[in-house]
Amino acid sequence: MTIMKRAAGKVRLTLWVLAGLATCATQANAQSMRDVEALAKERGLTTADLMAAAKTYLPSGVKDEYLMFASSGHAGHVFVVGLPSMRLLRSIAVFTPESWQGWGFGVGDKSLEEGFPQGKSNLWGDTHHPALSETAGDYDGQWLFINDKINARVAVIDLRDWETKQIVKNPLTLSDHGGTFVTPNTEYIIEGGQYAVPWGSDYAPITDYKEKYKGSVTLWKFDRNRGRIDKDQSFAIELPPYWQDLSDAGKLASDGFFFMNSINTELATGGIQDKKPPFEAGASMNATDFLHIIDWKKAEKVYKAGNVEMIKGFPVITLKTAIAEGILHVTPEPRSPHGVDVAPKGDFIVISGKLDPHVTIYSTAKIKQAIANKTFSGKDEFGVPILDFDAVVEARIEVGLGPLHTQFGPDGYAYTSLYLDSAVARWTMGGSYGAGTPEPDWTLVHKTPVHYNVGHIAVAEGDTVSPDGKYLVSLNKWSVDRFVQTGPLLPQNLQLVDISDDGTKMPVIYDMAMGVGEPHYAQIIKADKLNSWSVYPQVGWDPHVQNINPMAPKKGMERVQRNEDGSVDIFMTAIRSHFNPEHIYLKQGDKVRWHITNIERAVDATHGFAVPVYNITASLEPGESVTIEFVADTPGTFPFYCSEFCSALHLEMMGYLMVEPN
Amino acid sequence: MSSFIDRLLGPRVSRAEASAHSLRYGTPGVLLLGARVLLLVSLFLPYWHMELQAPQYPSGLHMTAFLNALTGDVAEIDGLNHYIGMRSLYEAAALERTIGVFIMIAFVVMLEFAAYIHTRWTALLVAPVVLFPVVFLVDLHLWMRHFGLNLDPHAPLSNAVKPFVPTALGKGGIGQFVTVATPGMGLILATAASVVLIVALYFHRRAYLPLVKQQRSASPPAVTG
Repeated sequence: MTIMKRAAGKVRLTLWVLAGLATCATQANAQSMRDVEALAKERGLTTADLMAAAKTYLPSGVKDEYLMFASSGHAGHVFVVGLPSMRLLRSIAVFTPESWQGWGFGVGDKSLEEGFPQGKSNLWGDTHHPALSETAGDYDGQWLFINDKINARVAVIDLRDWETKQIVKNPLTLSDHGGTFVTPNTEYIIEGGQYAVPWGSDYAPITDYKEKYKGSVTLWKFDRNRGRIDKDQSFAIELPPYWQDLSDAGKLASDGFFFMNSINTELATGGIQDKKPPFEAGASMNATDFLHIIDWKKAEKVYKAGNVEMIKGFPVITLKTAIAEGILHVTPEPRSPHGVDVAPKGDFIVISGKLDPHVTIYSTAKIKQAIANKTFSGKDEFGVPILDFDAVVEARIEVGLGPLHTQFGPDGYAYTSLYLDSAVARWTMGGSYGAGTPEPDWTLVHKTPVHYNVGHIAVAEGDTVSPDGKYLVSLNKWSVDRFVQTGPLLPQNLQLVDISDDGTKMPVIYDMAMGVGEPHYAQIIKADKLNSWSVYPQVGWDPHVQNINPMAPKKGMERVQRNEDGSVDIFMTAIRSHFNPEHIYLKQGDKVRWHITNIERAVDATHGFAVPVYNITASLEPGESVTIEFVADTPGTFPFYCSEFCSALHLEMMGYLMVEPN
Repeated sequence: MSSFIDRLLGPRVSRAEASAHSLRYGTPGVLLLGARVLLLVSLFLPYWHMELQAPQYPSGLHMTAFLNALTGDVAEIDGLNHYIGMRSLYEAAALERTIGVFIMIAFVVMLEFAAYIHTRWTALLVAPVVLFPVVFLVDLHLWMRHFGLNLDPHAPLSNAVKPFVPTALGKGGIGQFVTVATPGMGLILATAASVVLIVALYFHRRAYLPLVKQQRSASPPAVTG
């Protein structure tokens, strides 16, 4: 009894001491966890909500650990989002002019023009699949490539200054979806065509579909030194008009191959207006479509040997050659597939058919074996050998309805988006990955609901040879009730999922409204892999060539120069808070080259340069020099000004352009 | 002539005497050598730093003055200074920066001579070197004063910022900027050299004054030396 009393007394004493300490702590910090609890109660937040907030909140000045490069769909840009905060950090203008970045309003016009399809002005794009450059199958943080589905174009973005450097137009086809994906050392950027068209989109009635419409995949050679696609080292491979879809490059065990889905092996031609099955039905009739297995290293040799046909001025390995040289094989895959995703070691390929509740896992070793042994179940109607399905499949797992895309964790888990279920499935891999997870191989572990209609998912570095795990972003197409009503056009919902725990713990921890475009695919890279510039390396820098422009205006050499041929060169500098010169006199009809250098060296000291009527706006980052060309065809008095709030005297940073009438 | 030089150099110490009292006769020379080394090293080190702190420059703006150069965010600071009409800092102390290294070399040579001279003339050679850090700071202050008080009256912020004297050492302020001026390692070494030189003069006097007196009493007609 006495012992108990004494013990109780000790406990009481301890409590007093603790209470005293707690009081001290409270007084010192003014706030305590009790305040957090009270606030949570008042706002109706659960412990899980508080945990989610604690995992994603970044205090001012604390930087994100990862960067997500996301396409923007038919906004035609690239968006960059920080993780785990899910803050939109930047948009990068690519195919669509964007006035904040001054892209396409005097600067970048030539890059945009380079990509005009058939010479017609085309000022938007439909970006789908960004691809970060890779070294040995891992992101190296140097370049970003992105496709334009609507006109089959590929753009190159330099990740030092986050600016588009090149746009190439595919001469053979008019739409691409199976791109961009890079080979493990960024030797090639793969661009798979989608809706078959006659070569170069020439005219042919759809009744000639089978004979005249063509499928293709283009391998764009990337020249790292020049930071450009080298069109003269690039080639294409003709494919059956199956509407090739997403693709992925092999790596490690499957290095030298790439894989492409297809969605219309039925060769459906639609015709709902004539009571024929519409495309949606006609292209979904067969139980299976074809996974294309392409040996690109073999194709490269065939191309280099000159065994190509020049079509629309572009070298093409014909379907006949591709078959004869063993470059192309196909194998059945669940119908209407979306994603084809290669596992980190390259040994498995995961395919989801939208209308099949399984993910189907193919084995690289078995594919190679089947090719070597010619284990064919037949040939398709174009003569392409079909690898026997049973000989190449490793496993099938029922994951749920509408599986689309798969990404990988570092520990043997794979994640698949389920469009119809509106969920993300976690399942275990087998083979050498099996030991990493507590659950049995090739089993569904958990499904986390997402809101709603998930398309792609992205795991941190989840499509490389060394996935990081930690975070998964579910790129949901519909947000329905998640945000305040924003009119009938709703934002996309990008949901952050914490996948750092194993088993069934993978909660959604953040909803990011994306109200400026529709991201399709995204890639998430560790932020410290990038070597971004904070200002251009030297004053007078031309970002297009990533070097000093010897013509760039310099401080003390500002002038308006009338040339003998009647053209006018304006050499202008910009620094807080003035342009120099401030008075520009021109004569109507003058051909003008307006050179401006932002001679600032301070981080973030960006100036805008905006001219009314003439449709000119440029963003001049510190050190940047640009040249804007136009004809002064409209007489008048035009106040031009700095459009980026630069300093206390920003409003005064202006000048007058005076064009004297003839 | 030679007697003038003899008188200037003062009494010589025999080798035997020097080795018998190596500490007494060695100390001044060693200290003078030490001062020379400190000054030579200081040539390669910054003499003065100024940091400008403001909300929109989270890592501050930094300016460093060497004897022969002005480095750091000078262009940026100049850019900001144009608002208040201050001249480019590159125009300040241009002569000093041109001749700074030569003066320092001259100092080293003077100290070399000072070590040979065993009379009070040594002090004359050492004194400018001792005073150098003070002269540096005074010169700096005068330049700052000159720049701060002679602002362009047509500058954008002339109405808002009146002429002022920037602080050469310590904390000051202008607009939203807090300025912190601190001595650089070079100036600290030069100051250390001054201290070493004063100590050297003490030991020099202790070693050679008795000899000078002895010499004087041995040859009374000699002029004071």
